[in-house]
Amino acid sequence: MSEIKRVTTPLTEEAIKDLHAGDSVLLSGVIYTARDKAHKRLCDTLAAGKPLPVDLQNQLIYYVGPAPAKPGQPIGSCGPTTSSRMDSYAPILMREAGLKGMLGKGPRSKEVVDVMKEQTAVYLAAIGGTGVSISHAVKKAEVVAYEDLATCAIRRLEVEDLPCIVAIDCQGNNLYEIGVETYKRDM
Amino acid sequence: MKEITVQQITDAVRTLCMDVSFDLPRDVEAALTDGLAKEESPFGKYCLEQILHNCHLARESRQAMCQDTGIAVVYLSVGQDVHIIGGSLTEAIHEGVRQGYEDGYLRKSVVEEPLFERSNTGDNTPAVIHTEIVPGDALRIMVVPKGAGSENMGAVKMLKPADGLEGAKQFILDTVRNAGGNPCPPIVVGVGVGGTMEKAPMLAKQALTREIGSRNEDPRYAKLEEELLEAINNMGIGPQGLGGRVTALAVHIEQYPTHIAMLPVAVNINCHAARHKEIVL
Repeated sequence: MSEIKRVTTPLTEEAIKDLHAGDSVLLSGVIYTARDKAHKRLCDTLAAGKPLPVDLQNQLIYYVGPAPAKPGQPIGSCGPTTSSRMDSYAPILMREAGLKGMLGKGPRSKEVVDVMKEQTAVYLAAIGGTGVSISHAVKKAEVVAYEDLATCAIRRLEVEDLPCIVAIDCQGNNLYEIGVETYKRDM
Repeated sequence: MKEITVQQITDAVRTLCMDVSFDLPRDVEAALTDGLAKEESPFGKYCLEQILHNCHLARESRQAMCQDTGIAVVYLSVGQDVHIIGGSLTEAIHEGVRQGYEDGYLRKSVVEEPLFERSNTGDNTPAVIHTEIVPGDALRIMVVPKGAGSENMGAVKMLKPADGLEGAKQFILDTVRNAGGNPCPPIVVGVGVGGTMEKAPMLAKQALTREIGSRNEDPRYAKLEEELLEAINNMGIGPQGLGGRVTALAVHIEQYPTHIAMLPVAVNINCHAARHKEIVL
């Protein structure tokens, strides 16, 4: 594993181009949470030609539905959810809303990777099932849209040094393919 | 006849829902530790270290190890000499789930119906309840919360008897390969073979609750478990799908008699948070 790179949002094209599949990253700044239902609403809003409830230009979406916060904590357990469920929406948000980063877990579709290359965007992976550790990196959380969706609402998170890995970079280098190819044994 | 009150059942389910979310079974933790020793990929090692660290944090702080605290699957083994008093058994279980998920700060992930509004029920009810009647005067309750990341990767197929062992192996391995990094590997693979179209997936899910390292009592199936585990770990998927040697911690097969013209095979995948906990009243 490489040296750790520190990345702060909003994401600049320069910063994104410096991230390569396999880099370890500590992510800081403001990020937004969204899952399937919120994505559908965002894309429906764009299709209707209306403004989004949050400005996603140069921003990063974290695919997560957190557990409720215990008293005195900003958020409960909050590890990544399976990113592929958002594959049909992500290209729209990159092309039409200026989304530059995604944080989740698991592989993405070819279409998502193609649009990441076209739009210079990056896909980071956090470790699924480590929600308590990840919650320690979240300093502040507030619902900013779609409150009726409860855990699936859009939250604005302030994070400090959230550990993740560059899974797919803006050149389309894909750790899910490279890594598996490296360790595959002939069957 | 032994009498058990619905209040006892509600209290037991409430406690189980919380404990199962905070406290990873020791056999799963041991298998992850063992996996860390075997893993060759630096990413794989890093993932396993983080998973074990998170497991300790969750246990100590009594917080959900994963935010997806699942839909609550509840297995009941009711002794035929047990008399349940004071109300409805089913309601008692739902009430236990309601209280456990609220008091444990667990995520409510259940939607009322699957196709139209998909509105959240707000209290993680209803549970999915499987009941069997057994000899004796004990009531065994097991809670197996299941998250979507891994449950979505399962599959069932009605093979032809002519497909045989090779066809079954291929289907099982294809299902795991297609799942790739999605179900949060290292995974536990539950396989159900035989029965009918609904029986095989029931067996596959129950297979997930077997102790890791245990083997099927039939030596032919035990050997198949080992063979499949090796084949899966040769796929290179690795922890979180980022490449590595440790893709699965175990393969558990459960079999049942079937029809002369059937060969049902079901695969149920569990993430590394292979949560299950039981209590006997």
